[in-house]
Amino acid sequence: MTLATTTPEAAPLGRRIKRFMSDYPIVPLLVLLILLVLVLQILSPGIVNQRWIANTVKFAIPLALLAGAQTMVMLTGGIDLSVGTVATMAGFIVATQTVDHPAGLAMAIALVPALIIGFTNGIGVGVFRVHPLIMTLGTSLIGVGFLQVYQRTVISAGTKYPDFLVWLGTGITWGFPNALVLFVPVAVLLIFIQRRTGFGRLLYAIGDNERATRLAGVKYWQVILALYMLSSVLAGIMGLLYVGLIKAASLSLAEPLVLPSVAAAVIGGTSIFGGRGGYTGTIVGALILTVLTTLLTILQMPEGARRILFGAIVLLVTAAYLRIIEDR
Amino acid sequence: MTRLLRNNGWVVGLSILLVVLFVATRIIQPQYGAGDFGSLVRAVLPYAFAVAAQTVVVIAGGIDLSVAAMMALTSVTAASMMAGASEEYALFVVPFVLAMGFTLGAVNGLLIVVTRVPDIVVTLATLFILQGAALLVLDAPGGGIAEWLKNLIVGTVPISGIPDTIDAWIPKALLLLGVLLCIVWIPLRRSRLGLSIYAIGSNQLAAFRSGVPVARTKIMAYAIAGLFAAMGGISLTMSTGIGAPIPGPYLLASVAAVVLGGVALGGGKGGLLGPIIAVFVLRLLRTDLTLLAIDPNVTAIVEGTIMVVVVMFGAFITMRSRSS
Repeated sequence: MTLATTTPEAAPLGRRIKRFMSDYPIVPLLVLLILLVLVLQILSPGIVNQRWIANTVKFAIPLALLAGAQTMVMLTGGIDLSVGTVATMAGFIVATQTVDHPAGLAMAIALVPALIIGFTNGIGVGVFRVHPLIMTLGTSLIGVGFLQVYQRTVISAGTKYPDFLVWLGTGITWGFPNALVLFVPVAVLLIFIQRRTGFGRLLYAIGDNERATRLAGVKYWQVILALYMLSSVLAGIMGLLYVGLIKAASLSLAEPLVLPSVAAAVIGGTSIFGGRGGYTGTIVGALILTVLTTLLTILQMPEGARRILFGAIVLLVTAAYLRIIEDR
Repeated sequence: MTRLLRNNGWVVGLSILLVVLFVATRIIQPQYGAGDFGSLVRAVLPYAFAVAAQTVVVIAGGIDLSVAAMMALTSVTAASMMAGASEEYALFVVPFVLAMGFTLGAVNGLLIVVTRVPDIVVTLATLFILQGAALLVLDAPGGGIAEWLKNLIVGTVPISGIPDTIDAWIPKALLLLGVLLCIVWIPLRRSRLGLSIYAIGSNQLAAFRSGVPVARTKIMAYAIAGLFAAMGGISLTMSTGIGAPIPGPYLLASVAAVVLGGVALGGGKGGLLGPIIAVFVLRLLRTDLTLLAIDPNVTAIVEGTIMVVVVMFGAFITMRSRSS
C-alpha cells in the first residue's frame, strides 16, 4: 500500500524533468532562448542591454507575424509559401502608391492583392483540393510576375514611405518598440482564435483528421477559404510594417523571410502535418531565430559558414524538441 | 492499346501538348530550326535533372527542398576543381562530384530517418547548409571546365543510317539526357529497390508490415535524388562554363514539373517520363512567349497561371473519378 503510493514520487529526476517539459513545451524553448542570449553576452560582453533587447524584438516582430500566418495554416496540415510574395507586394505597393495618394488609401490599395491571393489560395486548396504547397507556390509565382509588370509602370515615380509606417516600424518609445502596438493585439487575437473560438478548434480538427471533420458536417472549404484569406491579410500587414522598418522597397523585400517563417513555426512546436502546436511557441521560435542571426553575425564568420550553422541549428533544435514533446 | 492509353493517359496528353506547342512554335517562327531546338535542349538540361531528382523523392512520399542548393554546390565544386586543371583531370572530377551528390543525398535521407523530423523541414535545413557550403567553395561565380565536357552538349552526333536532316534534330544534349536518365531509372524501376520506393510512397505502414526496409529505401531514394542533382550541377557548369554559388530557380520549377507530369505529391504514383515531358512543355512555352515578343515578366504570370490551372484541373479530374 505504502509502496504503491510512493512509487510516482520516486520516479527518477531526469524522467520527471522530461515529463514536465513535455507537459509545458514552451519551457525548453525559453531555456534555449535564454541560453542563446547568455552565449551572446559571453562572446561580446555588454552587448545585452535594454537597447539591444528593443532592437531584437523590433526585428523579430515581422518574422513572428509572418510565422503567425504560417502557424495558422500549418495547424490544418497545410503550408503557405505565398506569404513572402504577399508581404512584398503590400510593401512595394504602399511605398509607390503613397507618392500619389494619402497614406491610408495607399495602405488599403496595398492590401487588395493580399485579399485576392488569399482568396485564390483558399479556393484552390478548399474547393479543388490542390496540394497547398503547389497552390501557394503557383500563386506566389503569379504574384511576382504581376509585381514585376507593375514595377515598370511606377519606376519613374520613386518611392515614399508613410510616416505612420516608419514610426511603427522603426520607432522606440520608452524602451519599447512601437511595433508592439500592432503586434500585441494581433498575437492576442491569434491565440484567442486558436484557443477559444470554434474556428480555431476546426483548424486543429482538420489538421488532426480531415476526413472525420468533413464527415462530422464541417464545411471544409469555408474554413480553408477563411484561413487562407486570414493568412494572406496577416502577411500583407506584415509587409506594410516591414517596409516601414527596412525603408527600401524592392521586389524581394520579404522573400528571404519565407523559409525562416516555416522554421520559426516548426521550432515553436507546430507540427507540419497539422493538428498540434500554437502561436505562443512560434513567437519564441521567431525570437530564437532572430537572436541566432545576431549571434552568427557577431561571430564574424564568412557568409557560407553562417548559413551552414543556421541550417544545422534549425535541424538540431527541431529534432531535439520533437524528441522531448513526443517521448511520452 | 486502350489499356496503355488509360494507364498513361496523362503522359499521352502531355506529349500531345508538347507536339501542339512545337507546331505553334513553327507557325509563330517559321525559321525555328534544328539549331534552336538544340539550344532549347541545352537550356532544359539542368531543369530536367532537377526534375528527375525531385520525381524520385516525391514518388517515395517525400519532398526535397534542397535540390537547387545541391545543384549549386556540385556545380561550384566541379567548376573550382577543374579551373586551370588538365583535360584528363576532369575524368576524375566528374565521378567524384557524382559520388558527392549521391553521398549528400544519402545524408539527407539519413537525417530524415534518424531525427524523425518531417522531410520538408530537414531538406529546408540542408538547403541552408548546402547553400552555405557552396558559398565556402566559391564566394563568387568562377571556376572553369574541361573543353571536352563543354563539347559534350554542343552540336549533334552523326548516327549512321539516319539521314542528316533528321539527325540534325537529335542534339547531343538530348542524347546525353536520355542516356543518363535511362542508365539510372530503368534498372531502378525494374529492381526490388524501385518497387520499395513506390511502396513506401503509397503506404509507408503497409510497406513496413510487408517487410519493406522503409528506412533504407528512403535513404536510397534521397541518395538517387542527390545523384541526379549532381548531374544537374555538372550540366549547369557544362552549359555556362563556370560555377555559381547562388541556387537557380530549379526548386520551384522542379516541383511544378513534377506535379504537371502527373506524379502525385502524396507519393507512390507516376513515372519519370511525365515530369521530363512537362519540363520541356514549360520551357517551350517560355520560348513561344518570348518569340511572340511578350514581356518576359508577363511570361512569369502566364507560367504560374498555367501551373495553377493544370493542377486544379488534375485535382478536379481525380475528384470526379473517385466519386463516380
